[in-house]
Amino acid sequence: MSWRIEVDLDLCQSHGVCEGEAPELFEVPKRSQVRVLDTTPPDELRARAEAAVRFCPTHALKIVETETEESN
Amino acid sequence: MSDLPLPPKVSGDDGGTGHLEELRSDPIGLMWRVRHECGEVGEFRLADDDVVLLSGAEANEVFFRASDEELDQAAAYPFMTPVFGEGVVFDATPEERRRALHNQSLRDKYMRGHAEVFTTELDRMVADWGDEGEIDLLDWTAELFIYTSSATLIGRRFRDELDVRYAHLFHDLEQGTDALAFVDPYADVESFRRRDAARAELVALIGGIMAARQAAEPPAAEDRDLVDVLLSLRHEDGSPYVTPDQFTGMFISMMFAGHHTTSTTASWAIIELLRHPDVLAKVQAELDELARTSGGEITYHDLRGVPWLEATIKETLRLHPPLILLLRKVMVPFDVGGYHVPAGKLVGASPAVSNRLPGAFDAPDEFRPERYVDPNQDDLDNPWNWIPFGAGRHRCVGAAFALMQLKAVFCRLLADFSFEAAQPPETYRNDHSKMVVQLAQPCVVRYRRRVPADAVGAGAAS
Repeated sequence: MSWRIEVDLDLCQSHGVCEGEAPELFEVPKRSQVRVLDTTPPDELRARAEAAVRFCPTHALKIVETETEESN
Repeated sequence: MSDLPLPPKVSGDDGGTGHLEELRSDPIGLMWRVRHECGEVGEFRLADDDVVLLSGAEANEVFFRASDEELDQAAAYPFMTPVFGEGVVFDATPEERRRALHNQSLRDKYMRGHAEVFTTELDRMVADWGDEGEIDLLDWTAELFIYTSSATLIGRRFRDELDVRYAHLFHDLEQGTDALAFVDPYADVESFRRRDAARAELVALIGGIMAARQAAEPPAAEDRDLVDVLLSLRHEDGSPYVTPDQFTGMFISMMFAGHHTTSTTASWAIIELLRHPDVLAKVQAELDELARTSGGEITYHDLRGVPWLEATIKETLRLHPPLILLLRKVMVPFDVGGYHVPAGKLVGASPAVSNRLPGAFDAPDEFRPERYVDPNQDDLDNPWNWIPFGAGRHRCVGAAFALMQLKAVFCRLLADFSFEAAQPPETYRNDHSKMVVQLAQPCVVRYRRRVPADAVGAGAAS
């Protein structure tokens, strides 16, 4: 099962919670919005990516299952 | 040029200032009538301003995704300019807001240190409480959140220089947000006079704090707060970087948005819990369990493990959103819901209406915190209708700060005290006469020191 991380940059306010949860996956530089360091990470980082998604204060992140993704 | 019609107008225009008087007496009634008569897009009038009110997910998404260049926030709140003062921008571009986050310690890495500050301030506020007594919710929460906000956003040194007078002055500023400002923000009315006097008094008090600091020895580097940093800055000609008036403006603008909102939410959470003792019991059981496992100190991490408390706060925010009408000025014409909205009008979204839409929420008028308890997530399932913090790029930047603050305060308060109504429970209500919504007084509750459930059990067994 592969998956990837998507960001809605209309929503990101650079709180940096994702970086606190998973610094391997997210970087929030000063004066800039989030950068996803690895959009298709290995499964062992899944739990930490999910924590980043769950605790993002603006709900700007989501995980998309690439094999079950619906086109829209 | 759009072929679409202009938005329909709601009934009740009085021919003079339009719906201004109704907005000043029953704003929620007015906004629901727009929804019922006009649907998702309908218009009311405040003197010379037409306000196109949007509701529902589709229209709200258009509102919240718009950029500052399309829908301008700064131009839409004439009642705030005299509160903040000249030269203090009420709102900033998204880029400036992000930058301000780093300066104002809302960023996650600073937040992790705030939990302890919040519980310390709560402890100071209940230090003189006996085993039982009464508090006025408006007065008590207003004072508490002056201290927590100043300690975390400006510095603990500054917080220790404040007292209850600052809460009273903030109250006068908050009460100075009469919608009459849509006609004239400086009209000669009592609430505007008190607003201006309160701001002048704050400048005098804060000027005194600044002068005392300049006369004293500078503090150790690790004790310096924002005031010390600003005082150390000089223009090239040697003149001070900030005057007392300018710093007071910064202080008000940093503290204002988070003060009445958090205070009102904390008050309504207590009211909902005393109206729903079954929910209070669930929250307290959760806190007793946390106390057993955490060893007393509440950490940032602990505050993620209190689902019933978090759900109580979210449900309180849904039913009693502290901001009931969010406004923008239309800079670029746009179409929404089958209507054309020209430039120059105001456009609004209402948390008070959208948070209770029957299509989005089951039993929308009922207090049901289980909406957010796993696997339920009514807030995330309705990103454009569950909008106590707004949404999109202008979503309240202090939302995570506010939620953590409320959880930290209640973790301590509800572990140690239970609350009962000290007046008929249905008499707790909001005062809607100002744009800043606050509890109407009297709003008195009775507290009673509690013995945790396991301690009661241990006592019975011995």
